[in-house]
Amino acid sequence: MSGINKAILLVAGLALAACSDARWDDTNSGSGGAALGAGGSLADPSSPAYFREAIGDRVLFLIDQSSLTPEAQGILAGQARWLTANPDYIVTIEGHADEQGTREYNLALGARRANAAREYLLSQGVAGHRIQVVSYGKERPIEICSDESCYAKNRRAVTVLAGGAVS
Amino acid sequence: MRNAIATLLLGLAILLPVGAVQAQDGPLRIEITDGVIEPLPFAAPDFIAESPAASQYATDIARVIAADLVGSGLFREIPKVAFISPYSDFDAAVNFTDWKAINAQALITGAVSVAGDRVTVRFRAYDVFAGQELGSGLQLSGTTEGWRRIAHKVADTIYSRLTGEGGYFDSRVVFVSETGPKNDRKKRLAIMDYDGANVQYLTNSDSIVLAPRFSPTGDRVLYTSYESGFPQIHVLDVGKVQRRILSSGDGTMTFAPRFAPNGRTIVYSQTEGGNTDLYSMDIDTGSSQRLTSAPSIETAPSFSPDGSQIVFESDRSGTSQLYVMPTSGGEARRISFGQGRYGTPVWSPRGDYVAFTKQNAGRFHIGVMRTDGSEERLLTASFLDEGPTWSPNGRVIMFTRETQGANGQARLYSVDISGRNLKPVKTPDGASDPSWSPLQN
Repeated sequence: MSGINKAILLVAGLALAACSDARWDDTNSGSGGAALGAGGSLADPSSPAYFREAIGDRVLFLIDQSSLTPEAQGILAGQARWLTANPDYIVTIEGHADEQGTREYNLALGARRANAAREYLLSQGVAGHRIQVVSYGKERPIEICSDESCYAKNRRAVTVLAGGAVS
Repeated sequence: MRNAIATLLLGLAILLPVGAVQAQDGPLRIEITDGVIEPLPFAAPDFIAESPAASQYATDIARVIAADLVGSGLFREIPKVAFISPYSDFDAAVNFTDWKAINAQALITGAVSVAGDRVTVRFRAYDVFAGQELGSGLQLSGTTEGWRRIAHKVADTIYSRLTGEGGYFDSRVVFVSETGPKNDRKKRLAIMDYDGANVQYLTNSDSIVLAPRFSPTGDRVLYTSYESGFPQIHVLDVGKVQRRILSSGDGTMTFAPRFAPNGRTIVYSQTEGGNTDLYSMDIDTGSSQRLTSAPSIETAPSFSPDGSQIVFESDRSGTSQLYVMPTSGGEARRISFGQGRYGTPVWSPRGDYVAFTKQNAGRFHIGVMRTDGSEERLLTASFLDEGPTWSPNGRVIMFTRETQGANGQARLYSVDISGRNLKPVKTPDGASDPSWSPLQN
């Protein structure tokens, strides 16, 4: 099992080398066990790896905003298509904020962002019972510098897959 | 885990004054109501050890008392090297001339005895220039383990006699202890004396914990934990270190819980469909009531000391601002009108001010305003200051200051409401989200 996973990870890593933006190893998504591991091959369109990397598991937000940009809507539409094609998966959308803002406000802001992503998936036909939301506020930054280049990546809603066909 | 409260039973007795009481124009009194004040100079010789077992306590207790007074920013200690006459007999008459000569306006003397695990402290405070005692001498006793609390109580008594206000030294702070890098921070609840001594951990770091708040009697703590995978509010009995979850709706986010002055009602934020509103709950029965119904964010509530009103933050105007409403809900009145965004309002224990976090032009500030929003004053400025909490006497504010950048770390700071005496609070690791207890009994 572990040998296979390592091989899959290597393939996923190679496939990503050409893709500048994506982070295939987001260990800080914070869901604590709900997320799947390597999630299969990127070459397999029904794999979680494909969902994360080819479709994109996250959308980004403007400062103190929770409305979806056209780019974010495109990513979420892709997520919705994938979830429709892979009905065994459920998701948790994790909303996050950058460090500009007080702790509790940012919790509420992260919830708004996660919910905006959820509403979009619902509008694209994904069933509500498949989508949970949680906010981490500013508690789980993935980038740690204190300027806009990092803040922009921290203001995010990440769609984390769980369950699924692991047979 | 040690429990200072359970093991410390304080005895209190009035000592007879020494020597004749002289008339004077008025009591020695430091006025701290406004403006810059000159710290009042005092002398605190080591207390007299009445047995060999008491000698370390005699020295340490005098040091803690002096550190409390100096730490308030209102007093200045005259170093021992300046002392003219040795202080060696608690019951002998004081030679005021020698203390006047070094300009000690106040003199604090004491004696310590130890019997088994009990320590007893007798102390007196003097107005040196009037040549008389300030109030009556007192005797306090408790366990040797709780010796710091006795020292804080002595300091509170002296502070009260010299300022006319209640003290704040015999108090504790519950906070979030932080370790690890910014992108993998471990958080756990901790409690300590107000001065950073006696740190105890109340939770492990398996789950994120946020924003603890003391009950009005200091025996319980409300906080938010991700133990279930979602932020949900918990209550913890500090003495027993027992905790329970207060909201159990699966996947429902609840956070920002605060006690009402009655210690039974709480108000908190709950998020439904991405929208955060305020609710109240009777924590004995679990019955809850919705207080706000707006599409905006309503969070960070705080009760007025009489329990009749709640101040909270809301972005219903487009940016986060402060509002006051009746405890049962209803129409809210905006009280913040300055530039920038306002958050985390906290009503002072005296009822006179609301402390808040303000974000403006890329900087964070801790500030205070009257409860109607007038007389706004900013006390601090930095990259990130947030989350004020009041000392029991409403004189000092403690808050979180986080430094900038990849190695940024959170620390606790305190500042006088005049804006003076800004200083870090000693903690073993990073620290955030302080909540100051009431004075202990």
